[in-house]
Amino acid sequence: MSKSQGKLLRTPLKNAVGLGSAKHGVHHFLVQRTTAVALALLGIWFIWLALKMVNLDYTGAHALIAQPCNALLMLAFVVAVFWHAQLGLQVVVEDYVTARGLALVMQIAIKFLCFLGAAASVLAVIRITLGH
Amino acid sequence: MPATARPLSPHLDIYRWQIQMVTSILHRATGVALAFGTILLVIALLALATGPQAYAEVRAFCGSWIGTILLMGWTWALAYHLLNGIRHLLQDIGWGYLPKQFVRNGWLVSIGSLLLAGLVWTWVIAQRGGA
Repeated sequence: MSKSQGKLLRTPLKNAVGLGSAKHGVHHFLVQRTTAVALALLGIWFIWLALKMVNLDYTGAHALIAQPCNALLMLAFVVAVFWHAQLGLQVVVEDYVTARGLALVMQIAIKFLCFLGAAASVLAVIRITLGH
Repeated sequence: MPATARPLSPHLDIYRWQIQMVTSILHRATGVALAFGTILLVIALLALATGPQAYAEVRAFCGSWIGTILLMGWTWALAYHLLNGIRHLLQDIGWGYLPKQFVRNGWLVSIGSLLLAGLVWTWVIAQRGGA
């Protein structure tokens, strides 16, 4: 038992209780990989879609995204993109931003912006496919 | 800062540049670049939801020289991050870790990403020209 634990009159068990079991530590890793698998598949569809949209004007592009299959995949794509981006940017900030206050502000800002990006995209896709 | 100065592990400038580190650095750099690229994605979707004029403005930006340069950069970044991301997933299940394989598949995704981006833009320029 370490010195500090002796002073606090706490047993090692007391110090560990409530901190959760193992198996949670890899959560970030697993979600990053899961969204990566989704994006590897959706990315191929996205490249196809983007190429198709090169020559489409508003009417054509609107009709293409409004198709149920494309609308659904676009919803999945933007959610996966912003989730994956948040996780990736989080690690970049953790690794390179040493000032604690700045790092905290950046982490929260990244989470807010990624949520707003995802929500705005989802609302836009819903309006494109259900509106008009 | 820690109270006592401890020895640090050697940093980037100590090492000779090699494909192993370059593919890793580029994965991060392209990831950050693509995160900024999502701004255009959101704007394009919002414009499409707003109306013809808003979408025409997005198309005009994409067709401008600065839009074209940005889109070319993001195309390569997406191609690289996609291919190297698949490489990372394979590494996660234990494939391609021997130094010789690691170097080879590193070159494979690097050259592959340039080919993929080049292919996409050959098609785009042909479409734009033919339009």
